[in-house]
Amino acid sequence: MEHAEATQHAEHATTTGIDHRKMLIWAFLGSECMFFGSLIATYLVYYGQSISGPGPVDVLDINTTTVSTFVLLMSSLMMVLSYSAISKGDVKRFRVWIVCTALLGATFLGFQFFEFTEFAHHHQEFECPPALDRPAQYPDEACMNGATTYEANYGLTPRTNLFGSTFFTLTGFHGAHVTVGVIWLLSLFGYSFRRKGEDLIRDGGLNVDLAALYWHFVDIVWIVIFTVVYLIGVTVA
Amino acid sequence: MEHGRHPAHPTPMAYLKIAAILAVVTFIEWAIFFAPESMDFIKLTVFSVLSVLKFALVAMFYMHLKFDERLFSMFFVGGLALASGVIIALLVLFQALL
Repeated sequence: MEHAEATQHAEHATTTGIDHRKMLIWAFLGSECMFFGSLIATYLVYYGQSISGPGPVDVLDINTTTVSTFVLLMSSLMMVLSYSAISKGDVKRFRVWIVCTALLGATFLGFQFFEFTEFAHHHQEFECPPALDRPAQYPDEACMNGATTYEANYGLTPRTNLFGSTFFTLTGFHGAHVTVGVIWLLSLFGYSFRRKGEDLIRDGGLNVDLAALYWHFVDIVWIVIFTVVYLIGVTVA
Repeated sequence: MEHGRHPAHPTPMAYLKIAAILAVVTFIEWAIFFAPESMDFIKLTVFSVLSVLKFALVAMFYMHLKFDERLFSMFFVGGLALASGVIIALLVLFQALL
């Protein structure tokens, strides 16, 4: 028995005194900085280089995205409260906060799905040019009978132009990270029912701490994307 | 350093205060966005400053970098520095935003 305890202790002792799992998550987050840095750099390099529209001004809706940003920021609050609860051994409160975090994360994903769908089906009003200037594929019927404007699909998909490709790659990868985070949070919620959550309380709630660090990282990446792509991107355009 | 040491973290009330600041800053960003075009330069500066503020608040208080081991900060800041280097290098290389 003593030998078993000694072996278990030896497995956890580290030369730095820091748990390897926590060290690993920070090394992982450092590498993730470079991953998203590259995606943001690619977006900026191709910013304003699209030959055809639509561009950021045509499709990006700051009102909707501000709300979704607020939702993600509040999910970080829920996450940190769940960690605070589990570090005090309060499993019931932990369950409430972790479910709230996952729900807010899912809400953010819902906003993103809505946004992507809106972009793909975006319609815009165009002025009818003089009949002689119209190219063959022009919607002649829409401009007949004295109409001066017509409405046509002006949607944005990853294949539409450079803006679409870089925008969907950047925000899509972020959305994928949020999805992984929601699954991770829900798995922790399910895990809390095993042995009354004792496994989560152990090590000062380290398992929850690791998930929380990942979740907050996803949040701060969005803070940067919201500023660079939405606020500054639309203002400069 | 003793294994299993857990530095003191903020209280739930402190977390709520940080969340309130984050919410207010986000609202300010939204409000400034609709300011007249003549203020574009000021808007861009304010957006950048507020973004850094939000980033720092989440990293320092929610991710506990202010309270945890400095080694974690080094990992994270190292990654951020490399990422910033990659962004600047690519922008210069492709002569973007000039």
